[in-house]
Formats: sequence, C-alpha cells, structure tokens
Amino acid sequence: MKPAPTHAAAAEEFLKDSERSHWHDETLWHVRSKRDVSAQRIPEWEQLRTLASQIKDHVLSNLDNLLLQFEKNAQANGIEVLWAKDAQEHNDHVLRILEENQVRQLVKSKSILTEECGLNHFLEDKGYDVVDTDLGERIIQFNKQVPSHIVMPAIHLKKKEIGDIFHKHLGTEAGADDPKYLTEAARQHLRQKFIQAHAAITGVNFGIAETGGFVVCTNEGNADMGTHLADIHIACMGIEKLIPRAADLGVYLRLLARSATGQSITNYTSHFHRPRKGKKMYLILVDNGRTKQLGREDFRNSLKCIRCGACMNTCPIYRRSSGFSYNSTVPGPIGSILSPGMDLNKHSTLPFASTLCGSCSDVCPVKINIHEQLYKWRQVITKEGPPQTSKRWAMRFGGQVMSKPRLFDLMGKMARKSLSISPRGFVYNSFNAWGKHRELPEVPKETFKDWYRTNRNDDK
Amino acid sequence: MTSKESILAAIQANKPALLPLPEQPEFPYDSNLTEQYRQSLSLNGGEAREAKSLKEVTNHLQEHFRNSQMIVSLSEKVAGNFDVNMADDPHELEHAEVAILEGEWGVAENAAIWLPEEKLHHRALPFIAQHLIVLLKKDRLLGNMHEVYARINVEGSGYGVFIAGPSKTADIEQSLVIGAHGPRSMTVFLLD
Repeated sequence: MKPAPTHAAAAEEFLKDSERSHWHDETLWHVRSKRDVSAQRIPEWEQLRTLASQIKDHVLSNLDNLLLQFEKNAQANGIEVLWAKDAQEHNDHVLRILEENQVRQLVKSKSILTEECGLNHFLEDKGYDVVDTDLGERIIQFNKQVPSHIVMPAIHLKKKEIGDIFHKHLGTEAGADDPKYLTEAARQHLRQKFIQAHAAITGVNFGIAETGGFVVCTNEGNADMGTHLADIHIACMGIEKLIPRAADLGVYLRLLARSATGQSITNYTSHFHRPRKGKKMYLILVDNGRTKQLGREDFRNSLKCIRCGACMNTCPIYRRSSGFSYNSTVPGPIGSILSPGMDLNKHSTLPFASTLCGSCSDVCPVKINIHEQLYKWRQVITKEGPPQTSKRWAMRFGGQVMSKPRLFDLMGKMARKSLSISPRGFVYNSFNAWGKHRELPEVPKETFKDWYRTNRNDDK
Repeated sequence: MTSKESILAAIQANKPALLPLPEQPEFPYDSNLTEQYRQSLSLNGGEAREAKSLKEVTNHLQEHFRNSQMIVSLSEKVAGNFDVNMADDPHELEHAEVAILEGEWGVAENAAIWLPEEKLHHRALPFIAQHLIVLLKKDRLLGNMHEVYARINVEGSGYGVFIAGPSKTADIEQSLVIGAHGPRSMTVFLLD
C-alpha cells in the first residue's frame, strides 16, 4: 500500500495557492477572535472550563456504569440501543436497520462519527443515496470530498467554486456565487429530500445517562427537519459523548458554541428522549478505538473533546495548511492526538505538525492538554513509529557534535566560513528544508565566545 | 462475548480510578433580563419586541402575513387560519407560512426559548414553517442555562428544543445567511 503523504508534503500542496491559503488563515483567525469576544462576556468562563473538564474526568472514570445506566433509561424510553465495537459493526447495524425497515430514501445531518466510520461510502456501495443535509457537507458531498474542518466542513472552498458545483448539480446560473442565492437553491433542493426521506441519521453531541436521552445541536435546523419528518431516526454516538446529568448541559452548552464560532448557543438544541408515536428511534454506541485510548494514561484526556473546533481555528499550522493536510477525519491539534491512537503508522507525522505554542490548550473548553500530548506522541513515535532515517541520523550527528565542545567550536567555524563563501544554490537546495521559504540569518563575523574573549579578558 | 460485553470489559480494564462528579454550579445573573434577551436574540439573527398587548401581535401578522394561506397558531390568544388538528401527519405542514408558539422559558444570556413537544403539536412545526413567532411572558425570562435546567424536566417530554433564532448558515465563505432549511425569521413577543 502506498504510504499516506506526510503532513508537510500535503500542506505544501495547499500552500501553492497563496491567495487561498492566506484567506483560509485570516478567516479562521477571525472565527477565533469572535470566540474570544464571546468567552470574555462570561465572567465565570474559566470556572466553566474547569467544571466541564472535571465532569468528563468523572465520566471517563465511570464510563462502564454510566453507559449501562444510559442504556437502561434509553430502552425504558423506547429507544433501541445497539453497541458497535468498531466502524464495520456500526455500519452493519445501520444497514440492517435500513433493510429491516425497507428504507430507500435517507437524509443525514452532520456526524463526525459517521465520517470516521466511512458510513456514506459503505451505504453508497450497497446502492443507497445518502443525502447530507448540512449545507457545508452537501457542498463537499457534491464535490466528492471529505470535511476539512469539523464545524465548517467546506471552509477550504471559495464561493466561486461552490457556485460552479451548484451550477453542475443544482442547475443554478453559471457564474452565480452570491451566498444567499446559493443557500436558497440548496434550501429548495434539500426540502424535497426532507419531505421524501424515510429515515434520518444524526450524530449526538451529548448523551444523558440519568435520563436516557440525547442532544443534537445545529444552526440550520437540518437534524430536526430530517428526524421529525422521517419514520426512522438513527442516532450514532461515540461512547465518550456521555454526560451524567441533564443539568450538566448548562455547563457544556454555554461553552460549546462560544468556543466554536463565538455564538452564545446554536440556534437549535434538540433533546430527544422518545420516538414519535408509532415511529422508531435507534441509538448506536460506538467504541472504534475509544476504549484503547482510555487505557493510555497520557492520552486519555483527548476523549473529553466536545468537537467545537476551537483548537483548529487558533492553530498557526492548521490555519496555514488546511484540514486535508492532516489526512484524518478529525484534523488539527485534537485530530493530531486522537488519530495516532487509531493508526500510529498512518498518522505518524501529525504530532509534528505543531509549533507546541500551546494555544490549542488555552482555548480548549474542556481543558485538554493538547500541546503536551502532541509532545508525548512525538516521543512514542520516535520509539515505536515508522523509521525516520534522515531525522535519526541528523539527531545522532547533532548529539555527537553538541556533546563535544571542541568539535562544536570547529564545526561552527567551518559552517560560518563555508556559508559565507558558498554559492547560493549550494546552500538553498532540497536538502535544506528550513531554507525553502526562509532566508538563513546573516553569518556573524565572530561567535559570542570570541567576542567575550576579546572584550572581557580582564575578568579572567 | 457480545460487543456490549467486550466494550464494557475493555472500559473496566482501562479506566482510571474513580474521580468525583462536581456539584452543579450556580452562577447568579444580574442583568436587565428583557434588554439582555433582546440583544441576544438580535445577535442570533432574530428580533424580540416588547408588547404591551396582544394587539401588537395581531398588528404584526396583519402587516407581514396578511395574504398568508397557512398560519398555524398554537396559542389561544392569537388566531391563525389553519387548525393544526387537521394535520395528522407533519408532512401536511409543508406549506406552513407562519407558526405561532408559546414559549415555556426564555434565557436572557443566549435568547434560547424552551419548547417541549407539548407546545409544538408536531415536532416538525417550528422547523418546517417559513417564519416563526414565539410569545413569551416576561416573567418567564431567566438569566442563564443553569437556571433553566434547574426548572425543566427534559425527560418529561419525548422531545424538547431550545430555539434561539431563525435557521441560519455560514457554510459559504463564512457569509451569514438566514433561512437555511427552517424559518427565515424568528420574532419573539415579550408580553407583560
């Protein structure tokens, strides 16, 4: 199998279009700024973050009991609960439900879990037409892409491109790129899909153990349009999405949308506890690597994530390299600590796609120590991951030089001399990754050590 | 071993020692609730109006929806022109122009209004209608989410929703567009 491209190689691809990458960077920074304004309006913001983190600490330390409590209450509410060890079992459950209920038309609202499980491809292979109803997801579905951001799935596309996509798939006027006009076209198109759908698939933002219900948050209202018209509701939930009490929602809902986009709350926050009379509601609880991550003490906290995307918007690497460069369902800093746990070989370059500046940890509403975990993954990957021969030799060479002061001085002298006389092409070439977009600093005439010797001789 | 058993066994083997569940916090909220509600809803793309009497609501309907064929009112205080009991199936609401609902609680901090399904007749109603009007008594305004969760019983209803504005999206170049799938406007009348 062809190895996945490294993050750096994929990022280089994105950076070729400098106008787009600049726009991407600035747009996400703007979202981050809105988050700041919104967070600063809440005097108890830091207390809420601590509480949100502590509640999840409890959940992770009591997950088995809470899941059992959740299942029991959900069943009492008339929800059919299914368990899935992995993506395959999750997809098989969905297929069986669709077959049993003879569903042909289905709509889906945003669910990162179903992306993780590759549900759309799986169902399409079986002949189903899966209609994603979140506007951003519908755009990328037409364009045969995956989301590049967990909250803003089509943030990598410009309106001109979306106009072209809609012209091709929805028959909008050629060249039309007004967001209002394009959204209206999608509205008309998707309304028909909602009216016709027999089943609606949604994700889950929060499962409530004490009540056996779950909460779904959207701004568009697409999850509700789908579920309230269809006969079958299938909700797909990662086992870590549990909270103990309904009242805990007060903490998380104040944090989630503010962290994501700077809104005070999503315009729709729907609480599902029982199916409509005569209709069916299914809930699939998915592990798919989560229990393994629970066992990794250093990385366990990553399971607290509520998928707000704040760490992506603030990350200087994400903003300048786009979601696709991560080649992982969840990109950005949080994806870089979750994905190596799923497949260390495939995702071995992600923990290095960071400056370790710590901004991700600072904005995280559940206080995940993201940058520390990135650093820890680097250590794991260096020991257990795929061999990085050039890096290993460079480190070994650097270690040798730096542990011997005389050798260090000599090498320094040689480098200064050779850099000042070498032709440019000799220094800036494919071996010098650092110099690709940067100029090396000017070579100093003397070292600090030389300067000290000359100027502070009398102290000796 | 079933998948359920193996997942639970893996959790038992991997989970850390039990950590305590923190107490529910109380964060007092001391703004002018009506004014704060108005501002919050405006930020979410909706409009709140203080109304001295129901006359203002009917005037609003006259002004904006005089020719509407399908106004579905679930409030006894304001007349619509379509009896929701006539719709056995939510699909029959496809052409609803306006839905008029009575909110149970409103949250000043974020403009969210709690609507349990008993207040909706059909769960789909506040989503499928082209425009949404909500009536809320001012004494039903609370400060923040903690206060509202302390008063509602979410599992008491098979479904309940906080609605905090009209349907909206910014998925095309982050440009805000109101009216993604659901209502193209949300007007809340705050009544004495």
